[in-house]
Amino acid sequence: MKLFLKNARVVNPAEELDGVFNMLIVDGMIQEIGSSLGGNPVNYEIDLNGKFVLPGLFDMHTHLREPGQEYKEDIASGVASAANGGFTGIAAMPNTDPVVDSADVVKYVLDRARNLGLVNVFQIAAITEGRKGERLSEMKDLAEAGAVAFSDDGSAVANSQVMRLALEYSSMLNKPIIQHCEDHDLTKSGAVNESPDTIRFGYKTQHRLAEELTLSRDIKLLEAFGGKYHAAHVSTLGSVTIISDAKRRGVSLTCEVTPHHLFLDDSMLSNYDSDYKVNPPLRTKRDCVALVDGIRNGVIDAIASDHAPHAPHEKEVEFDVAPFGMIGLETTVGAVMTKLYHEGGIAIRRLAELLSVNPRMILGIHLPTFAPGSKAELTIIDPDVEWSVNLNEFKSKSRNTGFKGWRFRGAAVGIINGERFYLSDKLK
Amino acid sequence: MTQGMNNLLGLREMSPESIVEVLDTARSFREVLERPIKKVPTLQGTTVVNLFFESSTRTRISFELAERRLSADVVSFAASGSSVSKGETLKDTARNIEAMKTDVVVIRHSSTGAPHFLSRLLKSPVINAGDGINEHPTQGLLDMYTMREKFGELKGLNVCIVGDIVHSRVARSNIFGLTKLGANVAVCGPKTLIPDYLDQFGVKTFFDIDEAIGWADVLNVLRIQLEREAGGNFPSIREYRLYWGINIHRLERAKRPLVIMHPGPINRGVELDADVADGNTSLILDQVTNGVAVRMAVLFLTGAKSS
Repeated sequence: MKLFLKNARVVNPAEELDGVFNMLIVDGMIQEIGSSLGGNPVNYEIDLNGKFVLPGLFDMHTHLREPGQEYKEDIASGVASAANGGFTGIAAMPNTDPVVDSADVVKYVLDRARNLGLVNVFQIAAITEGRKGERLSEMKDLAEAGAVAFSDDGSAVANSQVMRLALEYSSMLNKPIIQHCEDHDLTKSGAVNESPDTIRFGYKTQHRLAEELTLSRDIKLLEAFGGKYHAAHVSTLGSVTIISDAKRRGVSLTCEVTPHHLFLDDSMLSNYDSDYKVNPPLRTKRDCVALVDGIRNGVIDAIASDHAPHAPHEKEVEFDVAPFGMIGLETTVGAVMTKLYHEGGIAIRRLAELLSVNPRMILGIHLPTFAPGSKAELTIIDPDVEWSVNLNEFKSKSRNTGFKGWRFRGAAVGIINGERFYLSDKLK
Repeated sequence: MTQGMNNLLGLREMSPESIVEVLDTARSFREVLERPIKKVPTLQGTTVVNLFFESSTRTRISFELAERRLSADVVSFAASGSSVSKGETLKDTARNIEAMKTDVVVIRHSSTGAPHFLSRLLKSPVINAGDGINEHPTQGLLDMYTMREKFGELKGLNVCIVGDIVHSRVARSNIFGLTKLGANVAVCGPKTLIPDYLDQFGVKTFFDIDEAIGWADVLNVLRIQLEREAGGNFPSIREYRLYWGINIHRLERAKRPLVIMHPGPINRGVELDADVADGNTSLILDQVTNGVAVRMAVLFLTGAKSS
């Protein structure tokens, strides 16, 4: 099959590539890329009129909920959601039922995903057995089965000795430890950030230090014992400062931030709507500004959705009872293009690093390229299409998002992943 | 003529004018309570449902009495623990009851925001009878009614709330309501029972009870919840009683006789000594009586709007 993309603004920081090109893709491989191709009979020709073509976006923090909680999401619906959101690759967190702490479960997920195609699914395995924070999982066996990283996401590894062992053991495998930074003693009192607004709204609150203390301790461990460390969903000004200071000292670590921590804040909790209940909690506007600064100045390495689907019946309950999390695969690009590209003036090249190049580098996953002869793996982004977040248009099984009703400018309008491609309704 | 209210979710959302309207309306219902036949036909044909998901004796009885004295039909539902533990969601419980053609819902719940959540799901007016640590608006209103009755007006009155502020919905409703009507509000207690960021409400903080007594016209003394997590927030009941317990000895050092209030139930000998609770400056039983009148006013203003 031959596919011809005309007038694509191709941007790939990993190849120092930025220009308007025509691209001929034959049987899933990039055959030619240049300024004046054409003349060949093709099956599909799409004139992109200068829309962006980036190396396929990669979400390094997704909850697919399979096995065990397929009523929230499953691999098939998660893949459909990812494709609709513009991602050609995703990494799934291991807090499923059973927990991904054995090679068998890794293989189960990867087999199921391989049959679906369209989006490349990678699995992150648990750091500890059952995510209990006590005994290391069989990391080498998990890595052999295909796990790309280790995380007990949803809870932190609290025990410092276990964390030391995890960093040291995984360093043999060159796989990162992804820490969900939270001091559980400090957070058990409340589910929202402690701030003037949340005190006014009458919530039980938790202090931001819960995140920063664990992060600081981990950096000390990392400096002393080495290893590969990635901080998941950092959410506070303090965390950005801590990471910035560590990087300046020469400590090698990476971190990600989610769109909801970048663009939503705890003043939005005034209606006690559990769609805004996430962990770590939404912080203050000041934190949002610090996170955007971290994006700008390079302290933050990646944007990840922390796509956390929950069924409507689980979220339509009293705030205290509702589970943490919001979905994000299908709103990430819209939010990022609206708030960072248009309003923030952040270059598309930087966004490609955050959403495509860096997540793969952190996880040690092969980077897509546009060189002739390589497999086509790309995302088409229309920077100017305007759209509203309509819950009924999600491909995800779940609807829990704090971006409901938001108006966005910019969207992922299609992906190509080898011989498979997906074009969204937003492609004009 | 009255404006009426769609809901009573909290005093945070309420305008000073609406608060005054409730207090003024309550005054006429207070008179009803002095009559030989303490009943008016105001809400005849209106059905009020009391959903109490958290144990309560006095608030529930007070609401039920208020409802019956307005001639409403009353259904009360008590379930301890969260709705999830009994296998049905709060949403389903409330919608099922509303499907039986009820008119007003009164809810007490351990989760902050549960009444707001219900008000989005139901057509009926929702009255908050206490939600988590957030608000207990009818308690706030009856406290304000009682102070207003005693002092004539709230503007300029120095009210100090004493005890576990961080876990207290009564404290929060008092703070919102009293400051809206121009009272000066302070809180007093151990630092670990007082939340940060209270300055945004213009609230003073005392850690020393004698300083608070020197400042205040009214002490609104809160129950120290022995059974709640507050238990772990300070060293011991003994130490609390020694340094924050209100006793005659302490009050004798006040410059003027202090009015004592308490939302009940009292832990006698812990936050409040018996002779203070029963003393001649105590308004505790007036609060209880006024509570019925204030709840009648709230039911009237919301129920009248619904029908």
